[in-house]
Amino acid sequence: MTQAPPSDTARRKSGFARAIEHMFTRNIPAKIAATPMVTTVLVVFIGCTIWTIWYSFTGSRLLPSNEFVGLAQYERLFSTSRWNVSVRNLLFYGAFSLVFTLSIGFLLAVLMDQKIRFESAFRTIMLYPFALSFIVTGLVWQWIMNPTLGLQGTLRNMGWESFTFDWIARGDMVLYALLIAGLWQGTGFVMVLMLAGLRSIDDEIWKAARVDGIPAWRTYLFIVLPMMRGVFVTAVVLVGAGIVRLYDLVVALTNGGPGISSEVPAKYVYDYMFTAGNIGQGLAASTMMLVSVIIIIVPWAYLEFGGRGKNQ
Amino acid sequence: MSNPATISTNVAVDAVKDDLQLSTERGPRPKPFFTTNRIILYSILVVACLYYLFPLYVMIVTSFKTMPEIRFGNIFAPPVEFTGEAWAKAWASACTGLTCQGLSPGFWNSVKILIPSVIVSTSVAAVNGYALVNWRFKGSEIFFSILIFGSFIPYQVMIYPLVIITRELNIFGSIWAVILVHMVFGMPILTLLFRNYFASLPVELFKAARVDGAGFWRIFFEIMLPMSLPIIVVALILQVTGIWNDFLFGVVFAGTQNYPMTVQLNNIVNSAQGSPEYNVNMAATILTGLVPLVIYFISGRLFVRGIAAGAVKG
Amino acid sequence: MQTSVSIRDLSLNFGHVKVLEHLNLDIKDGEFLVLLGPSGCGKSTLLNCIAGLLDLSDGEIHISGKNVTWKEPKDRGIGMVFQSYALYPQMSVERNLSFGLRVAGMKKEEVDKRIARAAEMLQIEPLLKRKPANLSGGQRQRVAIGRALVRDVDVFLFDEPLSNLDAKLRADLRVEIKRLHHRLKNTMIYVTHDQVEAMTLADRIAIMKGGVIQQLDNPHAIYNKPVNLFVAGFIGSPSMNFIDGTLAGRVVKADGIDVPVDRYDFAPETGNFSGDIVLGIRPEHVMVGEAAASQPVQFESELEIIEPMGSDTIGWTSFAGQTFKFRCDSEVPLEEGQKLRLGFDPARASMFDAQSSERI
Repeated sequence: MTQAPPSDTARRKSGFARAIEHMFTRNIPAKIAATPMVTTVLVVFIGCTIWTIWYSFTGSRLLPSNEFVGLAQYERLFSTSRWNVSVRNLLFYGAFSLVFTLSIGFLLAVLMDQKIRFESAFRTIMLYPFALSFIVTGLVWQWIMNPTLGLQGTLRNMGWESFTFDWIARGDMVLYALLIAGLWQGTGFVMVLMLAGLRSIDDEIWKAARVDGIPAWRTYLFIVLPMMRGVFVTAVVLVGAGIVRLYDLVVALTNGGPGISSEVPAKYVYDYMFTAGNIGQGLAASTMMLVSVIIIIVPWAYLEFGGRGKNQ
Repeated sequence: MSNPATISTNVAVDAVKDDLQLSTERGPRPKPFFTTNRIILYSILVVACLYYLFPLYVMIVTSFKTMPEIRFGNIFAPPVEFTGEAWAKAWASACTGLTCQGLSPGFWNSVKILIPSVIVSTSVAAVNGYALVNWRFKGSEIFFSILIFGSFIPYQVMIYPLVIITRELNIFGSIWAVILVHMVFGMPILTLLFRNYFASLPVELFKAARVDGAGFWRIFFEIMLPMSLPIIVVALILQVTGIWNDFLFGVVFAGTQNYPMTVQLNNIVNSAQGSPEYNVNMAATILTGLVPLVIYFISGRLFVRGIAAGAVKG
Repeated sequence: MQTSVSIRDLSLNFGHVKVLEHLNLDIKDGEFLVLLGPSGCGKSTLLNCIAGLLDLSDGEIHISGKNVTWKEPKDRGIGMVFQSYALYPQMSVERNLSFGLRVAGMKKEEVDKRIARAAEMLQIEPLLKRKPANLSGGQRQRVAIGRALVRDVDVFLFDEPLSNLDAKLRADLRVEIKRLHHRLKNTMIYVTHDQVEAMTLADRIAIMKGGVIQQLDNPHAIYNKPVNLFVAGFIGSPSMNFIDGTLAGRVVKADGIDVPVDRYDFAPETGNFSGDIVLGIRPEHVMVGEAAASQPVQFESELEIIEPMGSDTIGWTSFAGQTFKFRCDSEVPLEEGQKLRLGFDPARASMFDAQSSERI
């Protein structure tokens, strides 16, 4: 009996050691399997982002250097007219693109929801541009908008002398050209999203509204639309993320021209990093892109995840 | 009680009591074939479809014309002299600024990038999703959340450090760098896709397999994988179109010799010297868009499901 | 009494599938009619037709003496309550109740008056400012009933309104609907698959199967005189015992046992039926032990399984070689394996033609 306490502690110790051992050996295959994910998160999404932010405060030119220059890159960035034009373009394009993509997408979805014939044919036609790359999209529209041989030239040759569609060649209109091509590629996708949202609404809501004598358009506007908040938020986030990344389309359609009138931030970053050999400047610009995304994402995340806790 | 449904006795009497004008109503509500609303509805849809179809039509028509015919200036007109020359040139001999081999090297580069990228990214994501649902470990959910939020970080933010990493790994300028990058950036959405799918499967299935003594990989290969064909198809559609259409990663990581088709196409059209050959350009454009278009038209509903699944978060 | 809702020769097809066929039904003014049946029997479809939410393939619907076959739901003088409540989630309770009225252009005072009345009746006054998401299931269904109430209509339609609620709430709200009916005295048509709801609420029950009304009668008759095997088996819990036998004269022979049925109330048109029949005896009409002595038919059987239900007990035995249940008070001492004396009265039983399943 007197020997019992030491053996008891020994047993407890070994139990503790086993627990520690357990922590590392438990789920070993799962941890091995998750290595690519953990590596991606740690190295790319966290590591690379921090690296970029850090080096945006250095004077790196052709190669990254550790020469700390404070906010000099940012001062230079915001005094560069090309960057300021890029930001202004993106804001303009983004606002119009968001409003038009969502409203056209919703409108088309509502039209598609009217028990129409050939629904799948209509949907196939509206969605196929989404399968095409921005490069293809940009090049097709570049050809259509070609002032001499494209749509303008054709209609003028047909006798409509005053017809003008030379937006691609005019600095003040080129963003609208970008918009037409962008909407062509992306609205079908938003339409499909919205249609799925419309179809997911409880059938009995529609029945109740009919018994109440509420006209269809009012039901859509005052009952169904508020119920689709989640779909709208998803669409805004996806379209928004696409807008910030806007690059390929510009490269293919206008390559930033005429002059710098259709430059966008993503192109600024690429050009400074890989063509102009001014890495610090590119990194500062990309950090600003990150900041703008955070400004979009954080309120959304707050609404989506912070708000949920409040409701329950 | 021969027909239990015939219960009413005074149908005729009640019918007489009805307002005479209304009592003719019987059967389905009359629906005129054309109403103003329906005409407006279909007109809007048709106009919308014209907008969506117009570029496709113009591409096809232009690609079969000769240059003199194009210079005549009518993009609507179908080709008078139907010729496939532009297609041949676009495929085999158009100049990209450096070489004059057409799009074919780009096509094969794209294929070489596409196949391993799709396989690697899909398998990694499938395992991720499986581990996240059935083998949670401390912190797995946190990593997943960061992964999802990471998908919103603009690529431009991470692209330069990735250049350094791939250079250190000695794969920069090869297709392996592009494959790695596609795996990394495809991971959030694909993991989400697989995680949600596995979470929708009955958990009892997994528990039963564990009680039977199966381990991590055995359950994955023998129970989960055979059940996940639908989501694998969705993931494949998503990745094939996404990777084929990529421009940025190809131009940054692949190196001149390995440029994918999209980069080659842009070079043919936008940096070619001499007078532009629009028919060749359009043939090249169609050729580049052909793979995703074929996938799209074959997969149909699955494509829609894929993008809808990709869009629904959480 | 005046007819409130009248359905004449109604047929409904979805493509080639015939959901309802030549259905006739007259519902009296102020009557509480329950459409009862298993899922897929067409009861909800019929209700949707009455509401005007589905187009008929043929036939007519008259409500309050008007032919409303082609009328929009809002013009039919109906209010409807749905299983999923179908409240407009972004609107407060008050706006949910008032939305339809305001869309119709009703004056504000009148709207307020109606809401106040409905809220008082359903005791939802404290909830008026809340959103549906912040209400319990029972509260939501009250609001949904309120939305039908404010329309001030002649006919209320209920589409399985209590199916999404838990058992206790369902019982509470059931009584409340009954109370509401006593107070309003409106015509009510109520769809359910729950026989307890049907028996407790209905003035008349229409039991449906395969798009056809099998029996339309008051709950007492439905329970005691089911017109066919389906109705007999559907109503009652535990379900009726069915014993296969042959009727010859006034005696049923089943597996060598003779059951005299001379006191059975034969349907007039099948008075001298003979041949294969199914004898139906409700478990609660079976007497056990000493009480069995007074019954015209008596037999002894071994008790196989006991299911104590609390208030009473269900015993499983056999009769004429076939499974036979009985229900008795839980105080009766029973033991599995014990030999029991059982008895029943054929006058309370039902008999069905084995071929046609119709009552004889």
